[in-house]
Amino acid sequence: MKTRFTLFLVVVLALVSLLPVARAQDDVFRVAAVAPSATNDLAFSQSMYDALVKIQEEMGEDQFQFDFQEGTFVVDDAAVALRDWAASGEYDLVIAHGSQYGSIIEELAPEFPEVSFAWGTDVNTFGLDNVFAYTPAADQGGFVNGAMAGFMTQSGVIGVIGPIEVGDAKLYVDGFKAGVAASNPDAQVLVTYIQSFSDVPLATEAANAHVANGADILTGTAQMVVGPIAVAKEKGLKWFGTQSSQAELAAESGVMFQIYRWEVVLRDIIAKVQEGTLGGESYTLTLANGGLVMEPGQQ
Amino acid sequence: MIEQIFTASVFASMIRLATPYIFAALGETFGQRSGVLNLGVDGIMLMGAFFGFYAVYITGSLVLGVAAALLIGLLLGLATAFVSVTLKAEQGISGIGVYLFGLGMSELLFQRLIGTPKSVSGFPPIHIPVLSDIQFLGIGQIFFNHNLLVYVAFALVPISAFILNRTTFGLMIRAVGQNPEAADAMGINVARVRYMTVAIGGMLSGLAGASLSIALLNVFQQNLTSGLGFIAVALVYFGRWKPFGVMGGALLFSFVNALQLQVSSLNLNIPSEFAVMAPYVITIIALVFASKQTEKPTALTKPFDRGE
Amino acid sequence: MREFSLKPLWNRLLDIAPLPVALLAAFAVASLLLLALNAAPGQAFASMLQGAFGTENATAETLVKAIPILFVAIGICVAFRGGVTNIGGEGQMIMGALAGVTTALLLKDAPGFVIILASILVGFAAGALYGGLAGFLKAYFNVNEILSTIMLNQVAVQLMNYLLNGPLLDPSEAGLNHIPKTARIVESAELPRLALTVPQFVANLFGWENAELFARTRLHYGLLLAIVLAIVMYILLWRTTIGYRIRAVGQNERAARYAGLNVRRQMVLAMLLAGGFAGLAGVVQVLGLQYRLQTDGSPLGFTANAGFNGIVAALFGGLNPIGAIPASVFFGGLLVGAQKMQRDLAVPAALITAINGLIVVFVVSSQIFSKRRARRRLAAPTPPATAPAAAPAPVQEQTA
Repeated sequence: MKTRFTLFLVVVLALVSLLPVARAQDDVFRVAAVAPSATNDLAFSQSMYDALVKIQEEMGEDQFQFDFQEGTFVVDDAAVALRDWAASGEYDLVIAHGSQYGSIIEELAPEFPEVSFAWGTDVNTFGLDNVFAYTPAADQGGFVNGAMAGFMTQSGVIGVIGPIEVGDAKLYVDGFKAGVAASNPDAQVLVTYIQSFSDVPLATEAANAHVANGADILTGTAQMVVGPIAVAKEKGLKWFGTQSSQAELAAESGVMFQIYRWEVVLRDIIAKVQEGTLGGESYTLTLANGGLVMEPGQQ
Repeated sequence: MIEQIFTASVFASMIRLATPYIFAALGETFGQRSGVLNLGVDGIMLMGAFFGFYAVYITGSLVLGVAAALLIGLLLGLATAFVSVTLKAEQGISGIGVYLFGLGMSELLFQRLIGTPKSVSGFPPIHIPVLSDIQFLGIGQIFFNHNLLVYVAFALVPISAFILNRTTFGLMIRAVGQNPEAADAMGINVARVRYMTVAIGGMLSGLAGASLSIALLNVFQQNLTSGLGFIAVALVYFGRWKPFGVMGGALLFSFVNALQLQVSSLNLNIPSEFAVMAPYVITIIALVFASKQTEKPTALTKPFDRGE
Repeated sequence: MREFSLKPLWNRLLDIAPLPVALLAAFAVASLLLLALNAAPGQAFASMLQGAFGTENATAETLVKAIPILFVAIGICVAFRGGVTNIGGEGQMIMGALAGVTTALLLKDAPGFVIILASILVGFAAGALYGGLAGFLKAYFNVNEILSTIMLNQVAVQLMNYLLNGPLLDPSEAGLNHIPKTARIVESAELPRLALTVPQFVANLFGWENAELFARTRLHYGLLLAIVLAIVMYILLWRTTIGYRIRAVGQNERAARYAGLNVRRQMVLAMLLAGGFAGLAGVVQVLGLQYRLQTDGSPLGFTANAGFNGIVAALFGGLNPIGAIPASVFFGGLLVGAQKMQRDLAVPAALITAINGLIVVFVVSSQIFSKRRARRRLAAPTPPATAPAAAPAPVQEQTA
């Protein structure tokens, strides 16, 4: 078998050297972005994908193009993609959309000082002048949602389903708790971190446990909340969401959604890069700067 | 305190959580008893979950949903059997291949045909008259308030045990898994029996997926099962290839899981990492104490060659 | 000096024939999927090849990807040869990485080579203990290792999540963002990058920019360590009594017991070694590539499925540590190339996963044809057996 593979590899290598390399040279602003989950996750990755589509609509396809690598849970795979894009010299901006990609940017950016990088969610630019950082103040929308939930709860019990205690998930949950405490100090907030971004069955039962313990309002963050949303819908409870709009899925259960509008940050970064500033700045999406938007549901 | 943790709803949650494991692990039991290890369960579950969901999403018919899940499970089961039995491929690897295929394919179809997560109205809970009203120990809520597929899963346990232990077909399965040479000499078509068991396994895996997407969760999302099928394979070993043992394993695992969710929900200040870890640890510990001689099918993972 | 004949070459060609045929079949099915998605299959596979081996950096990334797969595969060869099915590579990798990174952080003031050596040894030991635990439970408590390793994988992930979000959390992350990761290891503890010096005329021949191949890539000394250890383990398995005993148990447990071997001890030993190598995969990822350990909550984010891919690579390599080397490179190339294809053609990531699955199924199914040929050839003169119970690996052929 080893000889089989060796021979095979030799043949492959020989074939590869014959392939042409494509390279484009023009005035189009080119962006490449990598994100952990799928672009239709109704959550984190979709929020960035939607923003890029929006910018493309604004600037026109002849002015703005982007490549998007989704489903890159494996941090090392993101490293390969980012390095490939940076080395190609074809992109004006390379985006690493996931807080787990920070260490990659920290190592990669100094090697490619002529390429502009943006990454989030974090505030750390590592002191590099070709790195932008962006993060949502998810606690703000969390607070708004929490305050409303505090007013609306009949049972005085509210259930929260989170992934792991990290980044914007933790911010949202902490903000939500603070919001409830502000509007209804007697209300009880039940929080379960299920230690997974993707385990829908577990998230569903976590929601059921909250309901059994009296919760009449549910909220949560990350991709696996589609399970809890279905629970809210089936049992006629209220749902508060974050990251992307889940209004359609939540239907009549959806009360309020905090939506990330990355285009607010991206517009500014693109303008900076076009002027020749490649980084060194850190952005925060807030309700004030329009980066965070509260969208009512059908409730 | 104790009453707060061990509530009837925790036990009801256990029953729901156990349902997909029971379907998938029973199916895997058939395959393994005949000597075929199918590590691709999770991939088949995902395909079953998607096709079941899609059929209901389009037609609104739950019957069609179940049929679609069974059909895709059957097809993938037959494909698995072709690879493992006819082509005698290494079962560990081919299973991983089937898993990856199902994982990718179900997500691809979902993206193309549906787009973003949607929900359907799946199997509603059936309140069994009289029984579901039993207040004593919450028995009504725990056992008699579930959707149809939950009852089907538990009904399949004695049925599977009966088939394996009391029918000629079961005898053939066990013979093929224990000693294929002897079975062949007795005139049993080893390959055909294995095709049948792996196909049954595929159908039950498809149904396991559908039990999530159109009965318990009523949504579909990429990687909906998130590795549930691998746990189901492990539970077959826990249950020592016996349907009731498999059910016991599924219930134990699900009980600890329901318990840890309840503990987390009550904000009891246990690090959630350790809570989530609990079902896995306790399953291993339980097996350490329940240790006895296994009756592992001796021909498991070994392709049968008539030596032509 | 052997007599010159075309026969061996012809045989060799026939041996490798099923592999490209299987790949072609897999690509044919994949092409249908690509066409359904309006992507040109020819372009797709060209981009895949190019992403895997098309440039110096692509080749380096393929090799980088292959390193943890190879480490795990070496361990899997030992375990499977010893009759133990280790599905626990993921968890053992994590334990190795956790222990290794902790060591590197604690020893940060020591000289670089001390940190590296200590971290690698501790990482190996941690993986070995974790694998050994499953072996111990199997040998002495009759707990099936497939069950225990699947479960222990999840336990390891949660332990990682807990430690990285608590005791091992990078102090600079304790504030706002709280990304669960450790502090960075000191620079002197990094495994050095691996650059190959090639003669200038060779570089000219291929049009490489410089004679220092891989100098500007992430390729690191982990590759060399993995290859050396693959050879060492090959020798251990086939040229020493330790290896003979392990294989004897795997071949026929009962016979080994009658021959007076302590079967239980061999099982534990096989799992210790398997776990140790997976642990190495984990610690080398940290020291050579990521320089810190971080988690996204799942095992996948860190291990990149190397714990499973290592099983596939080991089996493709004929459960022979040396055969696992090209098999791991093949898989590294497949995975890295597929990512490139996703970027170039903007096809969904899910398609890549599905195609990888197809390739695995088709390639593993094709082995029946090479096995048949090998069996027919072996039916003639039997090669000198090293030991009675030691049947040669199905595909372990003499390359000389």
